[in-house]
Amino acid sequence: MTPSCKQAFCATQAACAGLPPRAGLGLKSGHFNEVLDSRPDIGFFEVHAENYMVDGGPFHHFLGLIREQYPLSLHGVGLSIGTEGKLDAAHLQRLAELIERYQPQAFSEHLAWSSHGPVFLNDLLPLAYDAPTLNRVCMHIEQVQDRLKRPMLLENPATYLAFQRSTFDETDFISEVIRRSGCGLLLDVNNLYVSCINHQRDPLAYLDALPLQAVGEIHLAGFAEDADSLGDRLLIDDHGAPIDQAVWTLYQQVLARIGPVATLIERDNRVPAFNDLLAEAHQADQLMRAGRPA
Amino acid sequence: MSSQAAFADALLDLRQPCPTGLCSANGADPASRFAVYRNNVQGSLINALADSYPVVRQLVGDEFFRAMAAVHVLAEAPHDPRMSRYGEALADFIESFEPASCVPYLADVARLEWLRTRAYHAADTPPLEPAQIAAALADPASLPELRVTFHPSLRLLDSAYAVVAIWAAHQTGTTLADIDPDQAQRALILRNGLEVEVFAFERGAFTFIRNLHDGRPLGQALACASDFDVSQTLALLFSHGAITGLQRDEVSP
Repeated sequence: MTPSCKQAFCATQAACAGLPPRAGLGLKSGHFNEVLDSRPDIGFFEVHAENYMVDGGPFHHFLGLIREQYPLSLHGVGLSIGTEGKLDAAHLQRLAELIERYQPQAFSEHLAWSSHGPVFLNDLLPLAYDAPTLNRVCMHIEQVQDRLKRPMLLENPATYLAFQRSTFDETDFISEVIRRSGCGLLLDVNNLYVSCINHQRDPLAYLDALPLQAVGEIHLAGFAEDADSLGDRLLIDDHGAPIDQAVWTLYQQVLARIGPVATLIERDNRVPAFNDLLAEAHQADQLMRAGRPA
Repeated sequence: MSSQAAFADALLDLRQPCPTGLCSANGADPASRFAVYRNNVQGSLINALADSYPVVRQLVGDEFFRAMAAVHVLAEAPHDPRMSRYGEALADFIESFEPASCVPYLADVARLEWLRTRAYHAADTPPLEPAQIAAALADPASLPELRVTFHPSLRLLDSAYAVVAIWAAHQTGTTLADIDPDQAQRALILRNGLEVEVFAFERGAFTFIRNLHDGRPLGQALACASDFDVSQTLALLFSHGAITGLQRDEVSP
């Protein structure tokens, strides 16, 4: 990115001011009609970009109608920003087309990789936190921001193992990426909690080590629980359960530090009735209004 | 080999050991944690196939389907982040998957489900208005020269099995007992507005439509087919929004 281009991206929160400081929901195709019929009082909807990379049909029809009534967050799950190879230019082009078509208030992707060569692994895979990875991730984020002509939000990962060759803490790595690339932070509180349990870190210390002034959106989700070879808790970020109380508590700590920020209730597996998701969104809205730890 | 290459290979090939260079803060065996990624990758790809092939899954049962899909995932990992495009090769795989050979129509049911998915996401093109149809058909002398443009969602499947009846029975939950699976059926798949529709045609009408779909003008398509009601067939295509254009061949001087 050229220096002038970087300046044009202003402060990240300001650039993403279009996403209101309220709770939002992931838009599920099974809920299209219910959303249009009931017009729920929700701050925004979020969609996975890849699901809408289709030529036509109901997905575009309904997203177009819903976009007319709600702010939109476009969340990518397939760009593979941490890949050792090059970014997929065709995929970046498809993202640019979606952004042009739907004018979302925010675009976000993950600190992870998901493709190797031609193979797409459909998962968010962990990175070694070292200088070569840092350079590569920053270069890719700058390429994305240049192509999309807007700052992106980078989501902190949920991980299950670490790399011996890592030379940075995850929080130092994320801070440096944000400082160098000018991207914002999508603070996934569930990922934060999952990673801290899995890597024996203190969630509050982790939180305070992040550049919280760069947070443009928050994700809340549920996790599954497993055990590793020592029988220790191993939390799996599966988006398949209600938000855990520990994550709600941590979310209140976040709000106490930075105030209300657009907060997505993320649910991708074992999706419950729409009203159950709405109840979690209202809980997040209440916490934002209360603005203090309960 | 790069570290991501080794990681990716070991994710997909369960016979490989856990990659080197990994660790966990509590000293647990990294393999027990790498297994989470393996499960995620395998599980998400199998789930993607299960979502795309609900009738195939019902026909063989969830356990058989997931075992079959796991073998397919190893042989055919996705090459595109758009998961709606993953699974095109499943029907051909089923055909060569010996344990599924006792359900001979399974591969064609998979083909039908795949074509439905493609139709669901196909481009939007408005069908011809009645006035446009009337204008195009107004001159009887030029009718044989008319070429038809079909909706981008339209797909054809010529099966030796009763694929449409088998598929339809799973939509309504009715029994397969009254269906002769060896009764050949020719399917037309089409998105009409927001709904994907599936029709079965007799041989004559299907041959006619396929010739039109291949780009032959009306007169030639008629000459290739027999024993069907052309006006009834065209009326059905028009009324379901299947036809989006009618063009007359330019006459050479």
